[in-house]
Amino acid sequence: MSFEAFLIVSAILFCIGLYGSLARRNVLAVLMSIELMFNAVNVTLVAMAKYLAPAALQDDISSVLTGQVFAIFIITVAAAEIALGLGIVFAMYRTNESVDLSDAASMQH
Amino acid sequence: MLFQDIVFWLLSVMAIGGALGVVMVPDLFRAALLLIVVFIAVAGFFVLLSAEFLAVVQVLIYVGAIAILLIFAIMLTRDVQRGNLPNRLQIPAVVFSALLFSALVAVAVDTQWEFLPDSDQGRVELVQTNSVTTLTGEVLIDEGVTGTEEQSEVQESGLADLLIEDFVLPFEAVSVLLLAALIGALVLVRPDNRQRRG
Repeated sequence: MSFEAFLIVSAILFCIGLYGSLARRNVLAVLMSIELMFNAVNVTLVAMAKYLAPAALQDDISSVLTGQVFAIFIITVAAAEIALGLGIVFAMYRTNESVDLSDAASMQH
Repeated sequence: MLFQDIVFWLLSVMAIGGALGVVMVPDLFRAALLLIVVFIAVAGFFVLLSAEFLAVVQVLIYVGAIAILLIFAIMLTRDVQRGNLPNRLQIPAVVFSALLFSALVAVAVDTQWEFLPDSDQGRVELVQTNSVTTLTGEVLIDEGVTGTEEQSEVQESGLADLLIEDFVLPFEAVSVLLLAALIGALVLVRPDNRQRRG
């Protein structure tokens, strides 16, 4: 359970999420893939907070928690993103009767 | 250490298998359930990384709110059974993700990481357990932190202190962002009044 193992697992998660967000046609599937990417970044941040020495370690011991604080911010932004994203999905579904991104590309009137 | 290794590999298999399921399974509803598996595995990673507070937040917000919202949205839209189809960009997406993955692995392996020195390990562990609850003086003395200055330094290093002291500006910005996003979402899903009248 080394630091690099955490980095590689979160890199795998991020790349799966990236593939999903690029290659899926359903908006909801793309949103789920984006959530996967957020989670991968969070794992990286918390792993770095646990294993690495921040530059300000000697001045301020609480700087070892900086990664966790950023993870909290990312979780908040993810919540905002999913609320707004689902709002857009519903608006799109109402006007377009579909949540398919290939249809959405031809939606521009 | 061995036990933690086994848990780590189990969680890794859970997370990666679940993530592959999310992007591969044609049924969107099953994909959302697999996404919950990934979220729980990530919460397990947080526990392994001694970030218990984040693990609880992860379960509350991701599993409790985001996944439920997604399932709600999936049930409200059509094409659930075969909704998760790939588009024309599949091969470029695979190539791009594989390239990015190899770049990330190369960086992770090649970089000379500056690990925490062993001398600070004890204090750092105290700060990490202190991230939610404030440790009393007796606990600190038991752990070998006897100096008054060191004690107050550890006691004032919790996540909450950090959030409202060093990171107060990003904290407020994120609050405003969340409020704006929620109002925006309400405006987006509000029925169109003009259409109803006409």
